[in-house]
Amino acid sequence: MAEIIGIWVAAFLTLCIFSFLYKDNPLYKFAEHLYVGSSAAYMLVYFYFFNIKPMLIDKFIAETGLARWILIIPTFLGVIMLLRIHPKIGWISRWSIAFTMGIGAGIGIVAGIHGYILPQTKATFLPLFIKGDLIQSANNIILVVGVLTTFLFFYFSKEHKGLLKPPVKIGMAFIMVSFGASFGYTVMARLSLLIGRIYFLLHNWLHLI
Amino acid sequence: MRREVPLAITFITGFLLIIGFFIPHDPIGGLQSMFLQWYAIIAGFTMVLGLMTLTRIHTRRIVKRTQGFGYSVILIGAMLGTLVVGFYSGIKYKGLFELGTPFMWYYNNILVPLSATMFSLLAFFIASAAYRAFRARTIEATLLLIAGVLVMIGRVPVGNLIWNKLPIIAEWIMNIPQLAAKRGILIGVALGMIATSLRIILGIERTYLK
Repeated sequence: MAEIIGIWVAAFLTLCIFSFLYKDNPLYKFAEHLYVGSSAAYMLVYFYFFNIKPMLIDKFIAETGLARWILIIPTFLGVIMLLRIHPKIGWISRWSIAFTMGIGAGIGIVAGIHGYILPQTKATFLPLFIKGDLIQSANNIILVVGVLTTFLFFYFSKEHKGLLKPPVKIGMAFIMVSFGASFGYTVMARLSLLIGRIYFLLHNWLHLI
Repeated sequence: MRREVPLAITFITGFLLIIGFFIPHDPIGGLQSMFLQWYAIIAGFTMVLGLMTLTRIHTRRIVKRTQGFGYSVILIGAMLGTLVVGFYSGIKYKGLFELGTPFMWYYNNILVPLSATMFSLLAFFIASAAYRAFRARTIEATLLLIAGVLVMIGRVPVGNLIWNKLPIIAEWIMNIPQLAAKRGILIGVALGMIATSLRIILGIERTYLK
């Protein structure tokens, strides 16, 4: 029974959102507000059960001594974060914001070097000529030229004139192909979601297919 | 006090995170992992802050009876409903996402359809945006158009029916020129990220203190 009710509820909400294709209307607004409220609360429930409970509450109960009492610091930082909505004492929340900014910046540097720059650079060091495999050689050349020229396109310390102009133009071409391909890829992802929803309506709800 | 303490906190935590990467042994390595856990805990509290702000805005709308306040009632009702169902399921059952829990029912029949349909709606708007953007006026716009169309057609069965080389071409575009530009952009983004992070740690970038 719960399953049938669930399918009807899901179908109603799906139709409510699709009604926006006609024009903005109360049914769409209802679904929109339901979505905002539900997803905001969902995030809180998720963070409580996957972050706060195991890392703070369960740990506070399980640990002893310093390992237990030191958990007061993140609790304090978390609570003072909530003071942000109070105009007079809201400035205290800067301490917890500063903490998260520091962590974020620290992770940013480490992740920037080890997650992006080094692996991406390493992957670009390709042989430009492979004996007996002209296609792979051409692909490698295109890849290396593409990376370097794209990189040059974002070099703004010197005006894109003279010697810099041709490679920047090539870089621009690569960026355009990349944007076009990414656009096509996104369209296909959205279309597959759309197909999924239509399939749900026709198969799970109406049993037509 | 209002600026110095946050700047010192940012410097110490940021610096420790970087040092901890090079010296993963105790006490620095231990401090680093502890700070990361604290970060996750504080992130949980920021969700509470978000919910508090959302509730405050919509409660004000309800109290003042502004136009469309009924939707604010729905929003707050949905929020409270999700919280009740979520905490009830999380406490009563072994896990939040256990099969058969009320939260899973809520997740499968309300949250998933809402979010999937909301994003699928973008297919229509993205198509109309494409109609406006994809006009072959310049060489760059033509490249954008060709790459977009080839990737779209090459990734559906009809593309293979039109010409069996189309999926191969689409795959090549994704793996070679698209990857090359994406790689260049990613390296640039990472360099920007490092520069901004350094500015934050050293206290040059202070906009977050406003």
